[in-house]
Amino acid sequence: MSTNMASVSAPPERPIKRRKTRKSGGRDAWILVLPTLLPVVLFSIYPLAQGVLLGFTDARAGLNVEPTFNGLENYQELFGYDLFWESFQIGLIWAFSVTILQFFASLGLALLLNMDLRLRWLARTLVLIPWAIPPVIVAIMWRLMLDPSFGPVNQALGAVGLPDNINWLGDFSTALPAVIVVGVWSGMPQTTITLLAGIQSVQAELHEAAAIDGAGSWGRFIHVTLPALKPIIIAITTLDLIWNFNSFALVFVLTAGGPGGQTMLPMLFAYNEAFRYGEFGLASAMGNVMVVVIAIFLVVYLRAQTRERK
Amino acid sequence: MSTQTAPRNGLSQKQRRMISRPLQYLVLAGYLVFLAFPLLFLLSTSFKTSRELNSPVPQLLPESLEFTNYVSAIQTADLLTAGRNSLIVALATTVIVTLLSLPAAYALARFKTKLRGLATGWILLSQVFPFILIIIPLYIILQQIGLIDSLVGLVVVYAVWSLPFALWMLRGYVAGIPVDLEEAGAVDGASRPRILRTIVLPLLAPGLVATSLFTFISSWNEFFFALVLIQDPDLQTLPLTLARFIGAEGQVQLGQLAAASLLATIPSLVFFAIIQRRLTSGLLSGAVKG
Repeated sequence: MSTNMASVSAPPERPIKRRKTRKSGGRDAWILVLPTLLPVVLFSIYPLAQGVLLGFTDARAGLNVEPTFNGLENYQELFGYDLFWESFQIGLIWAFSVTILQFFASLGLALLLNMDLRLRWLARTLVLIPWAIPPVIVAIMWRLMLDPSFGPVNQALGAVGLPDNINWLGDFSTALPAVIVVGVWSGMPQTTITLLAGIQSVQAELHEAAAIDGAGSWGRFIHVTLPALKPIIIAITTLDLIWNFNSFALVFVLTAGGPGGQTMLPMLFAYNEAFRYGEFGLASAMGNVMVVVIAIFLVVYLRAQTRERK
Repeated sequence: MSTQTAPRNGLSQKQRRMISRPLQYLVLAGYLVFLAFPLLFLLSTSFKTSRELNSPVPQLLPESLEFTNYVSAIQTADLLTAGRNSLIVALATTVIVTLLSLPAAYALARFKTKLRGLATGWILLSQVFPFILIIIPLYIILQQIGLIDSLVGLVVVYAVWSLPFALWMLRGYVAGIPVDLEEAGAVDGASRPRILRTIVLPLLAPGLVATSLFTFISSWNEFFFALVLIQDPDLQTLPLTLARFIGAEGQVQLGQLAAASLLATIPSLVFFAIIQRRLTSGLLSGAVKG
């Protein structure tokens, strides 16, 4: 690392020439990027490639034998494994529910925050709260909130005469819905702020046109704001979908995949295979399956974006 | 025809607003309670005594504002060590990432080379990849070079994986500085290092601050890599130690856990307070290009 830093602090002493050479100056660019390139190749591109390859080997932890390629054996094993299919299904349910609920909740909030309300600055600041809290602490906080005996969620239910002894994170039927709500909670600020920014830029552009049309506020929203927001909506929901599909820390601390695997997201499944059972090959195969799913999301996204541009 | 004054459902625009206004405030209040209440509850829990926490009739607010939980959280050796480890790792990562991304971001913003496309692809890839594919090979590599269970190993991993986003942020800030300013300096006969030092760097300062704060916070909060790479209790970072506390239910002092959680959140809260205004514009461009 120290050599890299040295080259940063002492760039080559050379006067700048005309604009032409600066724009195309490939060598200068490479010299400036090189200190970054080296660690990136060594500690991310190389391991990434290795990770993909490991998915086609019989690698196991603790064995010093070189892993050998076993073709599609890992995938055969995975696909014959009930827990894999359950985890896959839970991952998709989780990713889609969180993304969709988060989108509609955020859109509503963004529209409210866009209105001319008193104390709007305060509301906008409060909205950011979940974003500023580390994922592990979000999970701890919600374990307290959802605690069956002293958690305020059950307290509130009891206060209005509803059943107040629900073990939200420990019960088979409530665990997944409960972690989905926490997922929505923690993802809302980012989606809300992005949508709010989008709404504001759209309205600045289309303000005049809309005023001439004389449409009502609802009509303006449906026919003017929403279509103009489409590229942003497609981008933010695709990214949310991928991030949620990949998520780990929040649910790991909330339930660790329990009860009885009811919240076993794909990343938790892969983590267990790798670091509890030492099945490096199988876990990497799971990673590769996840890459395929993410690639499908991205292809759908790119096609939607190109259609938008036409 | 103007709808501004046209009555609909027998109500004027003004009358309808009088009905919908309170409704809007009500819905907004509902949202804010949903988003802010968990933090307030954590705050309230951090002031409760163990007697209050175990009471059969739990109260929302603590009986008195006592800082015993905070004091004991700070004095607990585990949390103190974890806090120190987190600070070391986050600071080292921030310094390395800032030094590495500064020249690279400048190059990406100012030169038109193939590098730009490669970097953009890499940055996007780094945002969408499932980390399980990286962590296993990294685990093996770090084991081979003796950096498993080591803060240095953690810093290396954090630095490399915070780099793409930091680069992306900083590139945007460099692109915001007009090239004309640099060219004016060149016409005056200044050398490139001098131009960089006297013209570019001062204008880049706010961007550098935002980028390094962001890097600091992401390493401060990180959990997955630390969970896999650090086993030694003396080397655990704050998120690891806090997660372990709640895992060992029954013995844990909830008030102390809440206090420690809040203390661990302070850097992030300060960061978000600082960059709050910049968030909006930066995110929007990120989302559209993203």
